[in-house]
Amino acid sequence: MTRSTPLGRVVRGVLLALVGLFFLFPILWVFLMSFQTNEQILRIPPSPFFEPTLQNYTALLSGRLETNTGVLEITFLNNLLNSVILSVGAVSLSLVLAVPAAYAFARFKFRLGEDIAFTLLSFRFAPPLLVLLPLAIYFQAIGLMDTYMGLIWVYQLITLPLILWIVRGYFEDISEDIEHAHRVDGHGWLRTFFRVAIPLARPGIAAAALLAFIFAWNNFVFALVLASADKQPVTVGALAFVTASGIQYGQVAASIVLSVTPTLILALFAQRYLVEGLSLGAVKG
Amino acid sequence: MAYLTVQNVTKRFRRDVALADVSLSVERGETMAVFGPSGCGKTTLLRVIAGIHEPDQGSVILDGHRLDGLTPEHRDVGMAFQNFALYPHLSAFENIASPLRAHRVTGAEIRQRVGRVAELLRIGHVLDHLPRSLSNGQKQRTSLARSLVRAPSVVLLDDPLRNVDAKLRYEMRFELPRLLRSTDTTALYVTQDYKEAMAIGDRVAVLTDGRLVQIDTPETIYTEPANTDVARLFGDPTINLAEASAADGTLAAFGVRVPAPADGRHHLVGLRPEHIAISLEQVPGAVPMELDAVMPLNVRAILLLRTADGQELLASCSEDEAARFPRRHQAVWARIRPDDLLFFDPDSGVRRAAAAAATA
Repeated sequence: MTRSTPLGRVVRGVLLALVGLFFLFPILWVFLMSFQTNEQILRIPPSPFFEPTLQNYTALLSGRLETNTGVLEITFLNNLLNSVILSVGAVSLSLVLAVPAAYAFARFKFRLGEDIAFTLLSFRFAPPLLVLLPLAIYFQAIGLMDTYMGLIWVYQLITLPLILWIVRGYFEDISEDIEHAHRVDGHGWLRTFFRVAIPLARPGIAAAALLAFIFAWNNFVFALVLASADKQPVTVGALAFVTASGIQYGQVAASIVLSVTPTLILALFAQRYLVEGLSLGAVKG
Repeated sequence: MAYLTVQNVTKRFRRDVALADVSLSVERGETMAVFGPSGCGKTTLLRVIAGIHEPDQGSVILDGHRLDGLTPEHRDVGMAFQNFALYPHLSAFENIASPLRAHRVTGAEIRQRVGRVAELLRIGHVLDHLPRSLSNGQKQRTSLARSLVRAPSVVLLDDPLRNVDAKLRYEMRFELPRLLRSTDTTALYVTQDYKEAMAIGDRVAVLTDGRLVQIDTPETIYTEPANTDVARLFGDPTINLAEASAADGTLAAFGVRVPAPADGRHHLVGLRPEHIAISLEQVPGAVPMELDAVMPLNVRAILLLRTADGQELLASCSEDEAARFPRRHQAVWARIRPDDLLFFDPDSGVRRAAAAAATA
């Protein structure tokens, strides 16, 4: 650290600022856009100086957008709620199913184990469009079309393999002896699973859940085909801003800001678990 | 019947045989040291007793009850793992309390019993620390405390001093036998250090390649090793071994002629380094040898000798004695008592009885 000269520090600062600007600029621009009217956004040349307006946000929250061509009904808040229900539901179901499964794959060798694990992963390879059409037909037949349950089920294609494979790796990293020790102490396997394996894999479970949540939140095509307007998440709902009178850039920006917020909050919350040291100092270093 | 009996246990991992037909029994209150080179199956033996591994054949009997098929939590054993295996998310107190909590001991009694064992092992002041902030010695004691706290029927200690520094290791070699005796604990103690095995075990079981080759008191193992493997493993520097053939009822080894054992013609003759007495002058019964090198090791010195016919052997003596020898090549006289020689079958390595009239 003593090697850095004043010049070196300045250069490094400038470079870091450039990189930061490069990555954060789109987010900053969207944030600024959300406080502008469509006219302000579309003027040429674009300018970062404008009179901020809350019009976009009020339109989104009140559900009514008054434009010069008429009044537009927006279901944004409903979409946001759908996104929360679908993502939370999908990740919760995946956690309940995938964490014990990941433990089984990590700890026990059973017939076709690797094949099953790989098959589950392979769901991630298949293009969603390939399965959507047959799925839509089946869903219609068994009454799952346009239901939360049906969508959460399909979302398992996204979230379950992700959680399974990430968490499996974390379970494999836990020294088996720690679990053996707990069993020798006199605890049954179920208690060992909940009291030792789960707490030690918690950083991995948190990371996997967060990642799965983001994937579920960003999903577009499943809900587009398998749900109608009142069950659609924000990703699909944003299509409504493409109106006959043009694209409502201000509302798009505001809805992006609002819909990114839950993920951001979750990420900040999960960070505590993400950085939590794994089994540090439990076995010899 | 013994308190703990391991009966004809065989355990394979895929094609590797970890334990081959191992039988041993431990009396109540006894400490059995299980000694062997690494990879010889010591840890596997403990794990079979603990129920972590199911044996392929054979059974484990504790206090008259067969433990076959019982999972670890139903076996009433305590175990200290070589890598400590502490629960990283729990304090030292909770780590030690875990066996008590599993057996539904009440809060007040848990505090009292954890406190007592922690006091005994001198870790009372770090009970609220997480494992990561404990030193290796404290981790080792915490893991030991966890295995002892409930006073289980058998305590299995898997090389618990492996990962602690030398000073603490010496301390614990004194303390552990005292601790185990004071709590009247039946224990199996695995180690790959022969000195530790001799210091801690009431008896020592020697395992090589998954086979039990000898169970005896430490003294007997040293003076009457079952075969050359055991003879080599116990003792530092290692025993001198030389091939010799008998003729007319005698054989010559290390320059001395001694009565040959009754059975067999070819022998491997063993001689412990400390049983060679070196002098610069000729004394009665001594044979001439060349002294090639002296290696001082603080209190003891190791001498590299060569017999008249060019065979190298090691001797050891006290540092004071060694001070008399010059560091250069030197002709010396070595006295070897025929009684101290050990005879082995050169093919199987099994020890043979010395000739009846070996006393000279």
